[in-house]
Amino acid sequence: MNPVALRSEFPLLRRYENGKRLCYVDSAATSQKPQVVLDAVRRYYVEDNANVHRGVYDLAARATQDYEDARAEVAGLVHAEPEEIVFTRGTTESLNLLALSYGGQALGPGTNVVTSPAEHHSNLLPWQQVALRRGAELRFVELDEAGQVTPDAVAAVVDGGTRVVALAHVSNVMGTVTDVGAIAAIAHRAGAILAVDGAQSVPHMPMDVRQLGIDFLAFSGHKMCGPTGIGALYGRRELLAGMSPVYYGGEMIEEVTLTSATFKEAPWRFEGGTPNIAGAVGMGAAARFLQEVGLSEIHRHETELANAAADGLRRIEGVTVYGPEGHRESGVVTFNIDGVHAHDVATALDQHGVCVRAGHHCCQPLMRRLGAASTARASFYLYNDAEDVRQLLAAVQATKEFFRRVAG
Amino acid sequence: MSLDDVYREVVMDHYQNPRHHGHLEHPTLTVGLHNPSCGDELHLDVLVDEDGIVRDAAFEGQGCSISMAAASMFIDRVRGKKLEEARRIAESFKDLLRRREADRSLLGDLEALEGVSRFPARVKCATLVMNAFEQAIDRIEEGGDHK
Ligand SMILES: Cc1ncc(COP(=O)(O)O)c(C=O)c1O
Repeated sequence: MNPVALRSEFPLLRRYENGKRLCYVDSAATSQKPQVVLDAVRRYYVEDNANVHRGVYDLAARATQDYEDARAEVAGLVHAEPEEIVFTRGTTESLNLLALSYGGQALGPGTNVVTSPAEHHSNLLPWQQVALRRGAELRFVELDEAGQVTPDAVAAVVDGGTRVVALAHVSNVMGTVTDVGAIAAIAHRAGAILAVDGAQSVPHMPMDVRQLGIDFLAFSGHKMCGPTGIGALYGRRELLAGMSPVYYGGEMIEEVTLTSATFKEAPWRFEGGTPNIAGAVGMGAAARFLQEVGLSEIHRHETELANAAADGLRRIEGVTVYGPEGHRESGVVTFNIDGVHAHDVATALDQHGVCVRAGHHCCQPLMRRLGAASTARASFYLYNDAEDVRQLLAAVQATKEFFRRVAG
Repeated sequence: MSLDDVYREVVMDHYQNPRHHGHLEHPTLTVGLHNPSCGDELHLDVLVDEDGIVRDAAFEGQGCSISMAAASMFIDRVRGKKLEEARRIAESFKDLLRRREADRSLLGDLEALEGVSRFPARVKCATLVMNAFEQAIDRIEEGGDHK
């Protein structure tokens, strides 16, 4: 893998911001898009645009084929079957769909959902709300010292009433990786299913739902070099088959009378209305692109950069780095400059062309635990290179000095 | 545009040595505001007397230097003012941040935050205290209750 060559495939990364080379290290928020994805979306609109699963003419058949080919590409990325992939608007919609449909059916008094205090709000709130409505209990796994969810901690709270274990694979705040394979076994022994928020893992590492024993997996197109407004929910075939639709309307029906209806099979029964066809095509192209580069390669590359960045940041006096002391397993590095609020840090870094996220990262409970209302987060991806690490470190150093100066 | 235009000495001074920090003993009203997009939090106590004069105010919160300095400066500015005048100060400050014609004579130290207008993502940090204050006096005026 040649990161310098890769960078040139992303048109936006040729830009300058504030007169500086663009150092985009906010890929955990959203990724940049390579030319092949932009081309695929454009080609779809220019050559094949029509509604799917409807028209009799050839153009409509091509649009349908493009849409279903994209489903197969996305399935391939996570080693699932195409019929196990439901297209959604993104991770948030995938998790809501899952909580409403599966959760609505499986939960009730005497049952519980196990999750953690480190979840993104989009993997907390759907379960919190469905549990409230269904009279089920929401249980929290105890985090370890490093803020990590361990299999032992999960085993300690799972019991015969557990129906769903819902956890993120990679934390968007800390970048820690959860051992979802071991947790799947624990969930299954208790008769529960494991739902994984893969927003921060699927784009960045090899994923095999069969090998890991994951029952449901939610992820977003826009974080994996694809377009916004498209994402997927993987569901094990037998489980999807037993789930009721959530959105009713066109496309998802078999037969409709004024007083009753029957619905298509999964995954189509979950895709009411005209779907985001162009988005799906773009996400399919992104899935192919990532596999061509190689997910092991991508993972190795970005963790190397994150480790270099974390080491460099630790060497700057007056900078606090969160997360593991030792080797990092993901491209996420969270930090603060002591005495300077993360928003002020982000504004200052922007003057150096460096884009980082600052805030609570949609994870207020975990931030309370860290005792930091707000942190800065740099997250690396396949198009970043050693120059980005250098630019980030130099900008943090300069920012620290700037605030030392103005704050006397 | 440079960082020095935003992080001026007065701004950093108000951030590091906030005036009117804490709580009032007998506030007429307390407003808590939360900026969910960034996690900033602000609690504002306001004491208004029967004549509609802002006798005192105090704030506490968590946030960036801009939101905290703006709170300190704003309270400095509105203490002792009639409600209508305090509203005009808030409006003028918002005009300044939106790069509209603003009555600068009303602003005092707040004028030092003009540089924030060049950083659109940060304008809401500067206006947090204003929003809390306006909520507070709206409610006081609605209730007509100046106990
Ligand atoms: C861990 C995690 N889960 C869920 C989401 C939500 O993803 P989306 O906004 O694409 O629905 C994010 C995105 O920030 C995330 O980092």
